[in-house]
Amino acid sequence: MEIKVLGTGCPKCKKLEQQVNDAVVEMGIEANIEKVEDIFKIMQYGVMRTPGLVINEKVVLSGRLPKSSELKEFLTN
Amino acid sequence: MKNYLYIILLPVWIVFYLNLAAIADFLVYDLIQLEPEKHLTESIWFFIYEVPKVMLLLVLIVFAVGVIRSWFSPEKTRKALEGKSLFAGNVMASGLGILTPFCSCSAIPLFLGFVEAGIPLGVTFSFLIAAPLINEVALILLAGLFGWKVAVIYVITGLSIAVFAGFILEKLKLQRYVAEWVFSVKSNQTGVIEETFNFNDRLNAGLESVKEIVGKIWIYVLVGIAVGAGAHGYVPEDYLASIMGEGNWYAVPLAILLGIPLYSNAAGIIPIVSVLMEKGVTLGTALAFMMSVIGLSLPEIIILKKVLKWQLITIFIVVVATGITLVGFLFNLINI
Repeated sequence: MEIKVLGTGCPKCKKLEQQVNDAVVEMGIEANIEKVEDIFKIMQYGVMRTPGLVINEKVVLSGRLPKSSELKEFLTN
Repeated sequence: MKNYLYIILLPVWIVFYLNLAAIADFLVYDLIQLEPEKHLTESIWFFIYEVPKVMLLLVLIVFAVGVIRSWFSPEKTRKALEGKSLFAGNVMASGLGILTPFCSCSAIPLFLGFVEAGIPLGVTFSFLIAAPLINEVALILLAGLFGWKVAVIYVITGLSIAVFAGFILEKLKLQRYVAEWVFSVKSNQTGVIEETFNFNDRLNAGLESVKEIVGKIWIYVLVGIAVGAGAHGYVPEDYLASIMGEGNWYAVPLAILLGIPLYSNAAGIIPIVSVLMEKGVTLGTALAFMMSVIGLSLPEIIILKKVLKWQLITIFIVVVATGITLVGFLFNLINI
């Protein structure tokens, strides 16, 4: 699974990265987590609000932090 | 939280709000039995009355704004602004700047997204000026400490600054001062899925924003009201009054200049505003200072530096600062 956390470095972006890391460990998923900080690349996903969460090149969330149940749902689908 | 709880909480809120003076009377005169008509008693009464009042208003308004904002998103705002004529676009962008959820850390992606959609630069600026400048927390604190008249004038003048500054910036034809790479951004506009909210989700969004905002700012509110209470019933000192008080035309521009490098959220700045006013600074000057701190901040300027050349940043600051100066003069002149 390819997971990308989009964010230029705002507190919520760091929090999301942490959340994703924890969830992946907890669920024992094989995943490649990448933090995308380049604004040019972030824009290519059409995200106007950071943080953004991209799973397998699909934007699943932007502009807020997910609830942990929500995040797990994203990671299982 | 369950839906019916909100329905129970509203009457509780109203009963409390309508009886705050009676509660404060009871606590101050009956329970602790302080002597009436003394400065200290008046100050304590003011504090005990104002803290729950401002807190109740904060919770209600932040909740309502949180719910209302769940209908808005930058994506929808962008769509609404596409192809709008200039002045109407500025007015709409300023209004949407208040209602669209926005954090200054997202200023760049938002700016790029707007430019890519062909929204005029001036309209984009109207949005970027209004979003931080007009803030629901500042509105409530101003209303609580200085009255609703001040709060309403703050919103109206803030909107006017955003509309006219954006309009002027567009008329100046400044496209050449935007970093070239901005125009080459290509994004996948269909990339972001619109989230669907049901009514429960919206109520939850309101609850979340109460937790987030009130959880962060309650301490500033306490300090602000404590300062206000300390000043309550006392004659202003003329400590700062000699440089920033009445009759000094340069007080307003000086306050704005001081405000630009300072950065604070709206709640953090209100205690400072009440201290300034206690020290004899006039309301117009204090408001100009507040608008300058929350509307023109160094971190936001540094963020915008990535997409704008320094010429444009300078013009942007000058135009907005001029708008705030006019508001400061206006307030000082009408002397509320």
